[in-house]
Amino acid sequence: MAKKIAVDPITRIEGHLRIEAQIEGGKITDAWSSSTAFRGIETILKGRDPRDAHHFVQRFCGVCTTVHSMASIRAVEDALKIQIPDNARLIRNIIMGIQNVQDHVIHFYHLHALDWVDIVSALSADPKKTAQIAQSISDYPKSSATYFKGIQDRVKAFVGTGRLGPFANAYWGHSAYKLPPEANLMAVAHYLEALEWQKDVIRIHAILGSKNPHPQTFLVGGMAIPVDPDSQNAINADKIALITKLLKNARAFVEQVYIPDLLAVAPAYLDWGGIGDSGGNYLCYGDYPMDNSPGTGSHYFPRGVIMGKDLANVMEMDETKITEDVTRSWYSNSDGNDGGRHPYDGETNPNYTGPKPPYDFLDTDGKYSWVKSPRYMGEPMEVGPLARVLVAYASGNQDAKATVDFVLNKLGVGAGALFSTLGRTAARGVDCLMLAQKCELWVQQLADNMGRGILEVHNGEKWDPSTWPKEAQGFGYHEAPRGALGHWIRIENGAIKNYQAVVPSTWNAGPRDAAGKMGPYESALIGTPVADETQPLEILRTIHSFDPCLACAVHVLDGRGNEIIKVKAL
Amino acid sequence: MMHDPEKSLREGSVSEEILQQWEARGIKRRDFLKFCSVMTASLALPASFMGQIAEAIEADNRPPVIWMEFQGCTGDSEAFLRANQPTAAELILDYLSVDYHETIMAAAGHHAEAAKHKTVDEYKGKYIAIVEGSIPMGADGAYCTVAGDSALNIARKVCGNAAATIAVGSCSSYGGIPAAAPNPTGAVSVSEAVPGATVLNLPGCPLNAENLTAAIVHFLTFGKLPATDRFGRPKFAYGKRIHDNCERRGHFDAGQYAEGFGDAGHRQGWCLYKLGCKGPETFHNCPTVRYNEGTSWPIQAGHGCIGCSEPQFWDTMTPFYRRLPQVPGFGIEATADKLGLGLAAATAVAFGAHGVASALRKGDETDTKVKKED
Repeated sequence: MAKKIAVDPITRIEGHLRIEAQIEGGKITDAWSSSTAFRGIETILKGRDPRDAHHFVQRFCGVCTTVHSMASIRAVEDALKIQIPDNARLIRNIIMGIQNVQDHVIHFYHLHALDWVDIVSALSADPKKTAQIAQSISDYPKSSATYFKGIQDRVKAFVGTGRLGPFANAYWGHSAYKLPPEANLMAVAHYLEALEWQKDVIRIHAILGSKNPHPQTFLVGGMAIPVDPDSQNAINADKIALITKLLKNARAFVEQVYIPDLLAVAPAYLDWGGIGDSGGNYLCYGDYPMDNSPGTGSHYFPRGVIMGKDLANVMEMDETKITEDVTRSWYSNSDGNDGGRHPYDGETNPNYTGPKPPYDFLDTDGKYSWVKSPRYMGEPMEVGPLARVLVAYASGNQDAKATVDFVLNKLGVGAGALFSTLGRTAARGVDCLMLAQKCELWVQQLADNMGRGILEVHNGEKWDPSTWPKEAQGFGYHEAPRGALGHWIRIENGAIKNYQAVVPSTWNAGPRDAAGKMGPYESALIGTPVADETQPLEILRTIHSFDPCLACAVHVLDGRGNEIIKVKAL
Repeated sequence: MMHDPEKSLREGSVSEEILQQWEARGIKRRDFLKFCSVMTASLALPASFMGQIAEAIEADNRPPVIWMEFQGCTGDSEAFLRANQPTAAELILDYLSVDYHETIMAAAGHHAEAAKHKTVDEYKGKYIAIVEGSIPMGADGAYCTVAGDSALNIARKVCGNAAATIAVGSCSSYGGIPAAAPNPTGAVSVSEAVPGATVLNLPGCPLNAENLTAAIVHFLTFGKLPATDRFGRPKFAYGKRIHDNCERRGHFDAGQYAEGFGDAGHRQGWCLYKLGCKGPETFHNCPTVRYNEGTSWPIQAGHGCIGCSEPQFWDTMTPFYRRLPQVPGFGIEATADKLGLGLAAATAVAFGAHGVASALRKGDETDTKVKKED
């Protein structure tokens, strides 16, 4: 008999996501992804100064901070035909690059690891054996038995208080946890190390952007952070040296801890290389311009579209083929047609038709989410590190090819395993490593420019709104940590006429469309085994592999009140 | 820890001494043993851990914290993770018992909710509530729900029974960006949504983690919340105008202004007033505490202050790149110093209209509530 469960809140994500799933015979047979929060920032933007938009939209999300600012200033620059100085390109690349690296590490250790790692099991580990494992996979210096014993003692003391705080009520001891105690202890140690590391490396954002989260030096036309080797109030040799040092620390952690851990954990979960297929369509806008030429030709991660897992045919991405559908989302378009609309003509008119809170289940036959359903040529697309790495791999990017082949080889699996929960998590590591190894180049190039007296950071020719055409429109994109991010802006008489953002988690977390086609989360959940429907750990694994971010776009829900789980027979 | 885990492991039982202590507090030994047993089981620990848990519960006095996010962006949680004195790891493991925080907690769904309800029930009037994000009053609460219930219902229950509530960031303090005109969802602050709650506002977009840890350490050290200004902000962090502590103030006084981004004045750290800086109207300790372990802050990095710690700054401080006399509400040229007074008064009126100031004055008189310093 089929049962319907709801998981809400889905934790260890950004924002409010709810998953309702139908389970039959120990497997998920149907799924609904719902975002349960709406703020209306696109509406708030109307009539405001387009140069201010990046400050507003950056607040879409404080986890993927920076990314909406990037897409926004690029949208305005596209509308007003502004070419940014080379220094601004490099500073943006460094800020985007380290954001991606830091965010991926936080995701792996703090948002995703507990789906695979049983903290309680770590208490019974032999620290000497943990040290042997650690030393066999990496030359990371913190690997002695004494070190791991210290970590274990700290965790024991914490657990011994009986007050587990954020680690209480989890699925510890669940049959789906497969790692030996010693590997669990290593992962717990690195969970704590990563917590320290992340706050250190992101100081790069403070140096170049004033603070993190929400750096404040983005600017339409360039950047507001000055560079000048002869000033103590600008990026000078000292600051370049500090950024370089922090980047080396960042890269060392990725190379010596994150990637070895990923490769050590994955073999215990190779079955997840066959679970979590989102449907096989991937979209990547491309990013990280390697020179200041117009267009996207120089991007380190190339732009492209893959349909039906066909890696032999990477198609050109055409943004005019993007639409958003609100048939099953809590919005209604003014002309009564909730089907696909290009974002330039997009509307955001809330129309909540769901149950009045408090509720147990959504009406999943009607509208059921605050997330819209983006489509490319009418098809749902997965975006994110997997899409980015697949497009780069299939386009012949040498770094992507070498890194992906290394990982596949190490795990002893074929490329087919990439289209999965495991593949998504592995691709995030590949993506992280590629960027961790690239950022230092951009710092060198920035220093080189400065040394040659090139100090421009902002193109102010079109700063004054009186220089703008009466009407303009632009598309701004960014490959955010979670994937393809697009902002579309229409400017009229110096003010924002319309603003629409189609963000990575909108692509991935969107509900069904007018044609009934599922969004990627929903498709990926179909067929996922659930050993114990009162402890749907497996749902978390697949959903977390996408790294959901719902303030940008959605909670897995499981009822309220005293009952262990709300289950209804269908 | 004072106890000896190895000893407890060996013995696997709860000592007579501890049982007598709990009995002296009115807890039956059978109930206490049952609690220890359930706790041991729920942690998936061997029964031999029971004695250790009993000993540690005895020694543990970390205040429970329930961290809720509503219409937020998680930026304040991320800021918390950047805390340095003490670090987020120390706060989570050693200083506080963070019993609910969706972004970091291992449990999901109803297991997560159960952890929250347990703390509310067991520590009624004693836990700290932390709220990130505004609370929407529109659409019967459907603009933000968690586990099927509205942000408003959750906030009323959790904040209403807390020893104190800390509003982190400008959204929970004052409504923030969701409340910016035309406020599509009817977003309000915690003080507005839960009249009567004792709320400390730590605005900023996001807040500075150092101010949160300082507020928590203040609470742990003195057992009460710090003294506040009329917007409910602690004076230790929001008592002075940015302009008065600004490292570029000398250039303002000398009439040295950056005229464009990247020009010679901008590169030499001249005053950003003409590029739209809102420092003269903003009360916050950014210039002295700075961000990310004291690395930098917006004006140091070359971009004007956007006034993010002030009520309704998304409307009162925009357009961000226009210099102060031209922002709404100011038709005439004036010196930056006079303007500061003017805008502060204007925001006070706007704020008073929402009734938040009055809400702050009441509700902190009961025994279980935390008193504010005068």
